[in-house]
Amino acid sequence: MGTDTAQRTALFGRHEAAGARLVDFGGWAMPLHYGSQLDEHHAVRRSAGVFDVSHMTVVDIAGSGATECLQRLLANDVGKLTAPGHGLYSCMLNESGGVVDDLIAYRRGETEYRLVVNAATRDKDLAWLRRACEPLDATVTENATSLMLAVQGPGAREIAASLLPDDLRAPAMSLKSFHCCEAGPVFVARTGYTGEDGFELIIDSEAAGLELWDKLLAAGVTPCGLGARDTLRLEAGLALYGQDLDEDHSPLVSGLGWTIAWDPVSRDFCGRAALDAEKRAGPASTFVGLLLEDRGIMRHGQSVETDAGAGLVTSGSFAPTLQRSIALARVPARAGGYCEVDIRGQQRRARIVKPVFVRRGEIRLDFDQDA
Amino acid sequence: MSEVPENLKYTREHEWVRLEDDGTVTVGITDHAQQALGELVYVELPEADTELGGGDACAVVESVKAASDVYAPLAGTVSAINEALEGEPDLVNNSPYDDGWLLRLFPSDAAALDEMLDAEMYQQFLAESED
Repeated sequence: MGTDTAQRTALFGRHEAAGARLVDFGGWAMPLHYGSQLDEHHAVRRSAGVFDVSHMTVVDIAGSGATECLQRLLANDVGKLTAPGHGLYSCMLNESGGVVDDLIAYRRGETEYRLVVNAATRDKDLAWLRRACEPLDATVTENATSLMLAVQGPGAREIAASLLPDDLRAPAMSLKSFHCCEAGPVFVARTGYTGEDGFELIIDSEAAGLELWDKLLAAGVTPCGLGARDTLRLEAGLALYGQDLDEDHSPLVSGLGWTIAWDPVSRDFCGRAALDAEKRAGPASTFVGLLLEDRGIMRHGQSVETDAGAGLVTSGSFAPTLQRSIALARVPARAGGYCEVDIRGQQRRARIVKPVFVRRGEIRLDFDQDA
Repeated sequence: MSEVPENLKYTREHEWVRLEDDGTVTVGITDHAQQALGELVYVELPEADTELGGGDACAVVESVKAASDVYAPLAGTVSAINEALEGEPDLVNNSPYDDGWLLRLFPSDAAALDEMLDAEMYQQFLAESED
């Protein structure tokens, strides 16, 4: 299966025993599904699912220079994290404004932060962080031994909280979106990558992590693989690094303009000059959702013809909740109405919509009614 | 292990072929193929009366993750397609050799069937591909 040389998470044995189909993802042997990725998708939309996301890279930044360092490195401003327990989503940019990675930054203490970055970008991210942090009296420590579980779905928080250590139950249940709490080896955040409510948990003890996984399954939570994770995030309109985001495109043309903290103007983060110039000139393209009206399935890399010129599908698939194909695409700034997608040599009609299709179990389509 | 019925002919592209009493052949993909593809969510079939050369791409089967071509196992004219697959592409997963058939061809040279793999040869081929 080509996964023999891949790294294994602590849950690898559980996945194998559960009959998971394993695939190589960013150098890790990860479950694609445990039998039916469609059933897993629906389980998250309707009740609760759990994903092993231990391949994600957890990096702790600490020291008197930590805040300044992250304020220089991230396009969003960790200055907004006014107290420990607050978190935010941000892009990390290169000097040209291209996205080096997208990540979540949590504030854990006065001068302590935790970043969760992508697995496939681990090496370049760590090098990027170390180069920026070390001159500023901030240490960069990868936490490579922890397990990370994402428990997602309308029933996820209640079930997961009931299985947490006593001292974490109430704090976890009262977390607001993008907030976190921790006790002992367990770190809980109310975040996710599915468009549903839920927690992401980082557990710094293999025994405790395996025990939690087993208890979640015993409580009826469905184990879910990366296949369902991809269709869930696509329906939610959440970008995937390496497909929708890359070093050649800025957040302004990737649907992530809202994550850029322009104020205070004095904060000179990496990539700011390029973003300022791009904003002044008006971005050439925009990030949209596509809803296929004809038959077929849109895929990454297919070309799009709009009334304002050509664009590209960055992510496309079958959407199990909508029972039709949807996509994320980068198209010329003024494109609207309908477009044609080149699916295997055939022009198929699609409607341009806002890049959100499903949130909190509900289909949500937003398009220009006049188009 | 995947199922390989005795009475069918097979190709190395994991299609099966069955000669019918009326001289047409029914074409589908094997149990092994549907397992490898995963849950199908879309099947695109040719129109009736399309003329196909042997080896022509004649259908597309798509799982959530990827699209795969199906090749005509022999030359002929499409006499019927399985219209049920439009609404229920997963028939191919649940019943690859019966309800999940793809299309029926009127072959231009039925002798081509004799050159295809029989069940034993196909099973051998599967075993060798796994090494």
